[in-house]
Order: sequence, then structure tokens, then C-alpha cells
Amino acid sequence: MILENAPALAIGIPLFAAFAVFFIGKIGKRAMKAWVVAGLLAAEIFVIWLTMDAVSGISHFYAVGARFPSIISPGGFPIRIVLAADAASTLVALVAMSACLLAALFSFSFLKEKNAGEKFYSLLLLLSAGLVGLSFTGDFFTMFVFLEVVSISSAGLIAFFREEESFEATFKYLVLSSIGALLLLFGVGMFYGKYGLLNIGAIAALVAVEASFIDFAAVALIASALLLKCGSFPVHMWKPDVYQKASGIVSAVLVASGLVGIYVLFRILFLMLANTPLSAMIGWVIAIFGTISIFIGVTMALKQNSLKRLVGYAAVAETGFVLLALGTGLAAITTRDIFSFKAVVGGMFQLVNDALNIGLLFLVIAAVAFVTKKKKVGEVNGLAHKSPVLAVLFLIGLLAISGMPPLNGFASKIIIYESVYMASPVFSIVGILGSIMLLAIFVKVFVAIFLGPPYKGKIEPLPKSMLLVMGIIAFFILFLGLFPKQAIEFVFLPAANALVNSQAYIGGIL
Amino acid sequence: MIDLIFLAVIALIVIGLYAVMFKRNLIKIVVGINIIGSAVNLFLVSLGYRSESIAPIFTGTESLNMALATPQALTLTSIVINLAVTALMLSLVIMIYRHYGSLDTLKRRLKE
Repeated sequence: MILENAPALAIGIPLFAAFAVFFIGKIGKRAMKAWVVAGLLAAEIFVIWLTMDAVSGISHFYAVGARFPSIISPGGFPIRIVLAADAASTLVALVAMSACLLAALFSFSFLKEKNAGEKFYSLLLLLSAGLVGLSFTGDFFTMFVFLEVVSISSAGLIAFFREEESFEATFKYLVLSSIGALLLLFGVGMFYGKYGLLNIGAIAALVAVEASFIDFAAVALIASALLLKCGSFPVHMWKPDVYQKASGIVSAVLVASGLVGIYVLFRILFLMLANTPLSAMIGWVIAIFGTISIFIGVTMALKQNSLKRLVGYAAVAETGFVLLALGTGLAAITTRDIFSFKAVVGGMFQLVNDALNIGLLFLVIAAVAFVTKKKKVGEVNGLAHKSPVLAVLFLIGLLAISGMPPLNGFASKIIIYESVYMASPVFSIVGILGSIMLLAIFVKVFVAIFLGPPYKGKIEPLPKSMLLVMGIIAFFILFLGLFPKQAIEFVFLPAANALVNSQAYIGGIL
Repeated sequence: MIDLIFLAVIALIVIGLYAVMFKRNLIKIVVGINIIGSAVNLFLVSLGYRSESIAPIFTGTESLNMALATPQALTLTSIVINLAVTALMLSLVIMIYRHYGSLDTLKRRLKE
């Protein structure tokens, strides 16, 4: 049946579409657009179907190769790769896939004048395949491959529009992410040297029995590579550079890619460390990284002149909130306190909100640049008179990112504050202050761009596709803000449960 | 014997990291990443090494003392990926050179 193969198809369809798009592009622009949307939509439908199944308790574990682990080659190793689609991994894949689909829809009118065409969409499809693969993968080597797929395709996207200095940002990104990927491969090699295995679940089951120094060194190497991917405190410096120089559409997708990095990081940490004494220490280290990310993100955002760079630092702060929540959850897991689980729920909720809020802000900035034809969005002012829709959308984004009720940011951050406060009041207070400062920063930006005397220059009408995409995101921001209880019960509780209770994952993946 | 290989791996990684962190020429940074990549590949291949072993081909084999096949497959994949990344980085270096007229990370100024 076609649905049985959904995890493989969700990766395979965009991958096939990415390479076929060049041939479809020969037919015409319309056919190419239809092809891109069809490819992404098909994969999105598979991911939605997997998510619906996973949150209602049916996780799909899809084996590529041998159907049972007992089927082994004459050399003694099982010939299979497992794709795991449980509540946590499908949720993250859904976020990544939706980001790519919405970015593609948004970009149709944006790219008309840039004459970008097939190459851009090929890279975008490749990136979506890599992100879904990264969230589903059940073994370490496939993880390395998908990590490199994501790095290479996002490097292509960052440099794509050849705006000033975008090459420099791309080079920085590529150097850091390839060093990260090589460190990950080194860690994977250490696991392979000790256990002769690459399957994450099988290694986790063995680590739980006989954890030693080699395991912790390998986990540290892999964790550092993934922290680099998500752009947290000690290695956050690439993030504002890249977000500033890349196009707003690309930045919105990159936010989702960083969040997939966070998910993979915590999947591995919860699997490998949950039963060891080190979980508290590593958990606190990551929570501290998260807190410092919040602090650095907001303080650096205060003094930025470039709007996209400012949002880039805000993205560092938002990443910090997710790391703080999930890190606290990991640190307190051995004591099985209730707030540990609550923190993980808040972290998963914040992860989705992060993609929605920062994505919306980047897309509004891209739309402002599109309608005013200004290279620097900072030169625009008084736009609310000409384009009230954009002003309202930006207002929704800024209130959501700074955690104002009735929007989604409030719903997730209040859970994080409450649960983190039980573990460490100081971190919680830094989080609250950071959130308030974000509000101050973004209100300043809002006043500068949208308020004041009416905008003098000519403005183009906002294309319908852009309005549709931003409307969808704003709808979800409002929906998650107004009905947080239902959303938590339906999606985020199963997701947090799947992330924390690793036995089901290990059992399925073996 | 095997320890010597691991020492070489560590030494290569340190050399590569040194080049990435302290060299100002962009090409040298690319070379540094390549050295780290080679070190990791060496590490993977040496994990699958068995003394006096033969290639892991099972048809008509005489001895079962074979080198492990998985690390070799991993290394091949990793070499291909490294090649792609290196090509991409070098093309970026060309673009940066055209843009700024220098490869020095400190001397770069926009060409007027």
C-alpha cells in the first residue's frame, strides 16, 4: 500500500522532484510551478498523515532493506536503515515541510523579476527532503548524509540572489557546518568502533547498560555538531550574518532547519543519556547555553541597525528558549519530577511557535522589500498608511515573538517559565526579561517602519500568494494562542511523551 | 600499530582545525577542512581493519577473515560528500575573489 511507504515517500518525492524540476522547467514556467507545488504538497500530505497517526498512538517504523533485523548479511551486520515516524519526529518534519511549502508559494511572485526559476526550486526541494530525512532517520550514518544535504542545499539558497556580501556569509556557514558534520562523523565512528553498530536505537540500548567514557565523548562530539546547526550560544555567530545576507524567504526556511537540528540533538541526548548520571550535567550545560543565547540575542538585537540582522539575533534568543526548556527537561529527568515533563512539553510547543513567529517576521520583511522595492528595509517609514495589511501582520508577529497573550508565544513561554522556575528561578527570570526586551525592540522597529508620516514613494500591490502564505501563518499563530489547551493535548503532549520515553522508540527502531 | 593510526588521526584533526582558525587565506581554510575530512576518513577505514584480512567479497571466498565492509562504504560516501563540499567552497572562494579582489580575510574591501 502507498500509505505504508509514507515515511520513505515523504523523503523520496521531494528528492525526485528536485532533480526532475529541470526537465519540467523546459516545458514552461507554469508547469514548473505546478510541479514544485505538487511535489511539496504530496510530501506534506504524507507527513500530515503520519503526524495524525503518530499523535493518536500509532508510530510508523519503516525499514529500508531487510524487513526484520534478524536478516543479516554473511558478515553479520543487518542490512537495513530504519525511518522512525513517531509523534516527536513527525511534528518536526511537519514544521520543516510546511516551511518549505509556504516559502515556495511565497516565492512565486517574488522571483518573477529575479528570473531565478528551476535552480532555486531544486535547492528548496532538496532542502525539504534533507530536513524530513534528518527528522525521520534512525541511524547515525544516514543522519550525517542528510545533515550534509541540508548544509549544501541551504548554502546554495543563502548565496542564491548574489546580494552584496552574501558569499561571505555562505562561506562562513559552509565552513562551520562542514566542520560540524565532520565532528559528527568522528563521533559516529567512535560509536561504530565500540559497538559495530550504526542504528541509534541499538546503540542507545547498549549505552544504557554499559556507559563508558567513549560513549560520552561521542555524544559530546555529536551534540556539538548539532548545537552548531541550531545556532545556540557558543556557536551562534553565523546565524545573524546568514539571516541578514540571505533573502527573507530563505531565512524563514533556515529557521525551520535550525529547529530540526534542536530536535535531533535532544532525540540523541534523551536516548543516550536518560539513564545515566550525566543527564543532569549535560542538561544544565544546555540550559545555560540557552539562557546565554537569550541574553546575547536580545542585547545584541538592541543595537542593530539592519532589520534582518535584528531579527537574526531575535532568532538566536528564541532558539535559546527552546534549548532552555528542553535542557531543563533533560536535567531533571532522572528525578522524574512533573516539571521536567512540563518543560519538555513547553519546549516542543515553543519549537513550533519559533518557526511560525520568526518565519512570519522574515516573510513580512521580504514583502515590505518587495512592495517598496527598497534594498534596505530600514529606509522605509510610514508604511501603515499605504499597506495596513502588512502592518497588522507584522504586529501579530512581534506580539507573538515577545510572548504577549492571546498569541501562541505567550502560551508556550508561560509553560516554560513555570516549569523552569521550579528548577532554577534565575534562568526563568532571564527568560522573562529577555521576552520583555524583545517586545521593546520590536515595537521600536514597528514604529520606525509602519508609523509616522505617510510613506512617500510608490508601492506595488501585495501579490495574492504572499498574502495567502502570511495569512495562513498568522491564522496558526492566533489559533495556537486561542486554543493552547487543545493543541497541547492533541499534539504536544504525545510529542513530548515520545521524546522523553525512549523505550518505545528503541523498541520500534531495533 | 592501531594506536599509531589514532594518534595520526588526532594530529591531522588538530592541524586542520589550526588552519581553519588561524589562517587568513580562504584557500588555506578550505585545505584545512579537507585535512579534517581526510582524518575522519582515515579513522573510519582503520576501524574496519583486521590484520591479514581480505576484501569483503563473499562469493567463492576461501577465508572469512575479512575487513569490515560497513566502514568502507561509509568512507566512500563521506569522500563523495567531502568532494561536493570542497567544490562548493572553492566556487564560493572564486566568487569572493571576484567581488573583493583579495582572498585575505582581513584585507577584504568592496571593489568600487
